[in-house]
Amino acid sequence: MSDHEVNRRDFIKVTTGIVGGLIGAAIGIPAVSYLIAPSLREAGKEAWIPIGKLEDMEIGKPYQFSFTRVQVNGWERTATSHGGFALRNSEDAQDLLILNSQCTHLACTVNWNEEAAAYLCPCHDAKFSAQGEVLDGPPPRPLDRFTEHRVTEDGTLEIFFSAAGSEG
Amino acid sequence: MEAGRAMWRKAFAWLDERLGLNDLYRNLLDRPEPRGNWWNTLGSASLFLFIVQGLTGIFLTVYYTPSPDHAYDSIQFIMEGVSFGWLIRGIHHWGSTLMVVIVFVHMLRVFVTASFKYPRELTWILGVGLLLATLGMGFTGYLLPWNQRAYWATTVGTQIAGSVPYVGDLILKALRGGPDLSALTLQRFFSAHIWMLPGLLAGMIGAHLYLIIRHGESHFPSKAD
Repeated sequence: MSDHEVNRRDFIKVTTGIVGGLIGAAIGIPAVSYLIAPSLREAGKEAWIPIGKLEDMEIGKPYQFSFTRVQVNGWERTATSHGGFALRNSEDAQDLLILNSQCTHLACTVNWNEEAAAYLCPCHDAKFSAQGEVLDGPPPRPLDRFTEHRVTEDGTLEIFFSAAGSEG
Repeated sequence: MEAGRAMWRKAFAWLDERLGLNDLYRNLLDRPEPRGNWWNTLGSASLFLFIVQGLTGIFLTVYYTPSPDHAYDSIQFIMEGVSFGWLIRGIHHWGSTLMVVIVFVHMLRVFVTASFKYPRELTWILGVGLLLATLGMGFTGYLLPWNQRAYWATTVGTQIAGSVPYVGDLILKALRGGPDLSALTLQRFFSAHIWMLPGLLAGMIGAHLYLIIRHGESHFPSKAD
């Protein structure tokens, strides 16, 4: 037999290798993408949330708003409630302070108290100023803020919500 | 190149001395076979399907949840929310049907060619166990999608098992994990489907293969037989 001829045994070996490799790729690629599929999905946590008409918000008085975000993980839907207060400091539509109503101590929801002119937390008597500064109680830091906001053409105030909830 | 090959040969020799790879190869793959016949490949086909079902099944458990609240939704998610989920479940679904068919035809072939005779009686008996375990896999797997068809098929199937005289009621309750089809039924069918029956199958397959290698494959009967 000359060197250029391929005998049957070698032909079978090579063919088996090639076909096996193709089959391996055809199985391996779907298998890996099946396993890592959820990690490739967009988180989809960021969104512009409308919180109310700007004209309804009195200057100098906190305007309470709330919204719900639904997170879908596989077959499980989790709804989480969020809320906050929008405070207009002047006529300027950009002159806004938007606070997250989640207490920075243990995440209870704070309420605006007109008499005290402060945000009070019902859980551990925390007290925040209208600007969100800690006046009293255990919170480690001021109330978080929604720093990104915009007003749409029809006068609706929208805030930008991201996974972190707010940037304080 | 030459040096690399020599090194590889040395490494292989080291391993072979300790693992007996060449002996394994000779005994498992290089053993004498009767003249080729496609009907003799059905056992290997069954083994292949068992492996395929095992692998796709393991992959399905990555997302499947055996609870009445989520079983159906988790399968919907596999079908629509996971890349190639439809393919893996499709292979598992059709593979199960094919496996029952192939195992059954394998049994017919062994019967027709009288391969169950001395000295292979135990291979045949193990094969009967393998057939029954395969049917058990089909029966338990059928409930797992937890849709209407699965629910009622299992209701009827367990009732049939319950029609056995005297002990029928006990069998029915043991299968269902109580008098009614419930979360307990789904959970125990899942357990049987992914642990007990596959374990049983793997063990019996091992013994079945050992006997086949020990006795060699039977010759196709000739006219003289």
